[in-house]
Amino acid sequence: MSKVNLTIDDVPVNAAEGESILWAALDAGIYIPNLCAIRERKSPFASCRLCWVEIEGVDLPATSCTTPVKEGMKVQTRTPRVLRLVRTSFELLISHHPVDCARCAKNKKCELQRIAREFKFKLKPGKFRKLLRELPVDSSHPCFILDPNKCVLCGRCVWLCNEVQRACALDFAFRGLNTVITTSGGKPLGESDCSACRECVSVCPVGALIPK
Amino acid sequence: MTKSQIPIVKNFEMIRSQAEREWQALKIPEEPIIWIGTATCGRAAGALNTLQAIEEELAKGNIKAKIIHVGCMGHCYAEPMVTVAKPGYPPVCYGHVTPGVASSVIKNFLGGDDPCFEFLLGALEENPSIPTVFELPRFKHEFRSLLRNCGYINPEDIHQYIANGGYRGLVKALQLSPEQVIAEVKRSGLRGRGGAGFPTGRKWELCRKAKGNIRCIVGNADEGDPGAFMDRAILESDPHSVIEGMIIGGFAVGAHEGYIYVRAEYPLAVKRLRHALGQAEEIGLLGNNILSSGFDFHLELMQGASAFVCGEETALIASIEGKRGMPTPRPPYPAISGLFGQPTCINNVKSFASTSLILSQGAKLYADIGTKESKGTAVFALAGKVVNTGLVEVPMGTTLRELIFDVGGGIPKKRGFKAVQIGGPSGGCLPESKLNTPVDFASLTEAGAMMGSGGMVVLDEDNCMVDTARYFLEFTQKESCGKCTFCRLGTKQMLDILEDICRGNGSLEDIDLLVELGEDIKAGSLCNLGKTAPNPILTTIRYFREEYEAHIIEKRCPALVCKELIAYYILPDKCERSCDACVGSCPTEAVFTGKKRIKVIDQSKCVKCGSCVDACPPQYDAVVRISPVSQLPPSEPPPDKA
Repeated sequence: MSKVNLTIDDVPVNAAEGESILWAALDAGIYIPNLCAIRERKSPFASCRLCWVEIEGVDLPATSCTTPVKEGMKVQTRTPRVLRLVRTSFELLISHHPVDCARCAKNKKCELQRIAREFKFKLKPGKFRKLLRELPVDSSHPCFILDPNKCVLCGRCVWLCNEVQRACALDFAFRGLNTVITTSGGKPLGESDCSACRECVSVCPVGALIPK
Repeated sequence: MTKSQIPIVKNFEMIRSQAEREWQALKIPEEPIIWIGTATCGRAAGALNTLQAIEEELAKGNIKAKIIHVGCMGHCYAEPMVTVAKPGYPPVCYGHVTPGVASSVIKNFLGGDDPCFEFLLGALEENPSIPTVFELPRFKHEFRSLLRNCGYINPEDIHQYIANGGYRGLVKALQLSPEQVIAEVKRSGLRGRGGAGFPTGRKWELCRKAKGNIRCIVGNADEGDPGAFMDRAILESDPHSVIEGMIIGGFAVGAHEGYIYVRAEYPLAVKRLRHALGQAEEIGLLGNNILSSGFDFHLELMQGASAFVCGEETALIASIEGKRGMPTPRPPYPAISGLFGQPTCINNVKSFASTSLILSQGAKLYADIGTKESKGTAVFALAGKVVNTGLVEVPMGTTLRELIFDVGGGIPKKRGFKAVQIGGPSGGCLPESKLNTPVDFASLTEAGAMMGSGGMVVLDEDNCMVDTARYFLEFTQKESCGKCTFCRLGTKQMLDILEDICRGNGSLEDIDLLVELGEDIKAGSLCNLGKTAPNPILTTIRYFREEYEAHIIEKRCPALVCKELIAYYILPDKCERSCDACVGSCPTEAVFTGKKRIKVIDQSKCVKCGSCVDACPPQYDAVVRISPVSQLPPSEPPPDKA
């Protein structure tokens, strides 16, 4: 496959044609925040709205997961406009996420913590209000626990369960703020079609899916 | 004309001459014909009861007459509407035809010779004796091209459509090459009628040139804006114009399959569309080898499961594929990779209906209407505080003032105009100073609103702008698919802030936060539902900031709408002491009779339902709303607390 040359934050980067800016940057050691991205996924889900970049000659910031690299492209990942969108998106996510890191099994491995560290954000919703849910935690499965309150709806587990493992045990349900990850008919995970491959647990960026 | 084109014309001529014979028989009737509008809007106003009354009266008087169901003429304010064609008279149109009016018209006009002038809107033809409807403001200022057949033909009779110029566009298209058809649509300057206004010809060209084996056409009738019913009216009143346009589209892009996506809440539209598809197939205008041209095209109807977001093209495609209706990032655009990954041409049904017109009349005639950048006509569902509500069609470039005050007849009850919300929940509220804005894609966007698919709600001084913004945002927030962060959480944050302001708990910083977050949601959301959701809030802040400030600083709702900021009060000097209307009307027994029999409201019991205002006879007009609540004059304590 032919390669293209571009710069990301003024660093020359050589990436495969057709690759998205996000993976080109991450390969080159430049961190772009992301929650929903999976490299193997052909069409990006683009739901977390964190991977913003500015490209020279393009008016508006773009999500790097959906923008393929081009020869001679000049990408910036830390401009004021990018930082503003990343911060808003991050704070919105935190406003809906119980920050209980000390007691969370994902502590220190959580992608939200990583973003906060990289961008020097606080794990607080900023100007926004906390919109916490009190949904029941599903611990019916022998291998893992699903805590929908911590879920950021990145959709990684859904994609893996349906498109890769073909177990089709997990999917989205309901709309808007009520959207959750659930099983067919809302059955407890222990009674669902889950094949116990635990791939979903391995891709969860936060503490929503935790091994037992 | 080449040899292969002869059968197309010949086949169609046979259908057409039959259709025209039938239509002529209706124009010069031997027995009276009664045309009744039984689209959803007519039915909601009681058209089916009217129909029953007509049938009973005909039977009672032993009068012979033919009843024909038609769709919606767009005159919602006058529904149910009935047109009577009696031999020897011009066809005359009646409005507000209740069962009583219907019986009386049948008895006196068909049974006798009295055309019942008191119920008459006017005659539908020039004549020496009866004034015509064309003098009425709605008829006079409108320009009907897309809605030309709506309410005038029977949507369940394909021959009536053909007799009125229908399927001529298709016949013409089949004689051209697909590239010529696309060129013709491009020449017309038609832009997508779904709201974004992408040039239709260019979309077709992109789709035709895209790589792929199977191409597909999708007609979008997932109309979900509150108060908008343009697509429904067209599908219920003139379904063949959409079907014809879709076949033309299929021929142009090289598709042999198409889907019409209609929301399941439109059962009558679905029924009439299904019937129309069957008829078109029966006479060979749809299906294999259309009019012996060698072109195959099949149309299938899909029903959406009431998700607003499925009006967004990528979500709609996911829904047809059997997936959850969630938008996907664009590019790739559906024209390149859409339904099942194949090139898909997806247009609003009004765009398709326009293409049948463009092909039959010629692009030049179409392009002569409208402005330089926005050609043709615009269809709006005019609703809210306006006299002549209904479906209106005006040339692009008509100003909002003409649309509201000339066509719509202005604001009822002599109230003052405050704002107009254009483009539904994704559009914006424009104030009086913007009334001279012409209706076209660029001007409306520049003013902060958008063309949208055609919802137009007029607001008067009794509407609170903060509450209006809250209403629209509540809708989009509920209808968000929940996929992307900005739309799912951002709209909820904005809604919470707006609700606080409506309750008098807002702060001035909240306005800045609304603007800041609104801009971020516009920039950051994945699809157009999120990208446009903040528009009602941003435009109301832009044009009515003082109303937000009144709610925040003075705890006052200037329009006296927001419940937490108003109190009901009975003016002692206006209260007619012997009247008990308000006492009886109050559901919570908050109104009591005080000293000297003057009525008083116990504020601790009042739920602010407004029943007492409605109950108080207009000649006394003693109940008023007061805002802020702190302005409430001291009143006598209720007997149990005294």
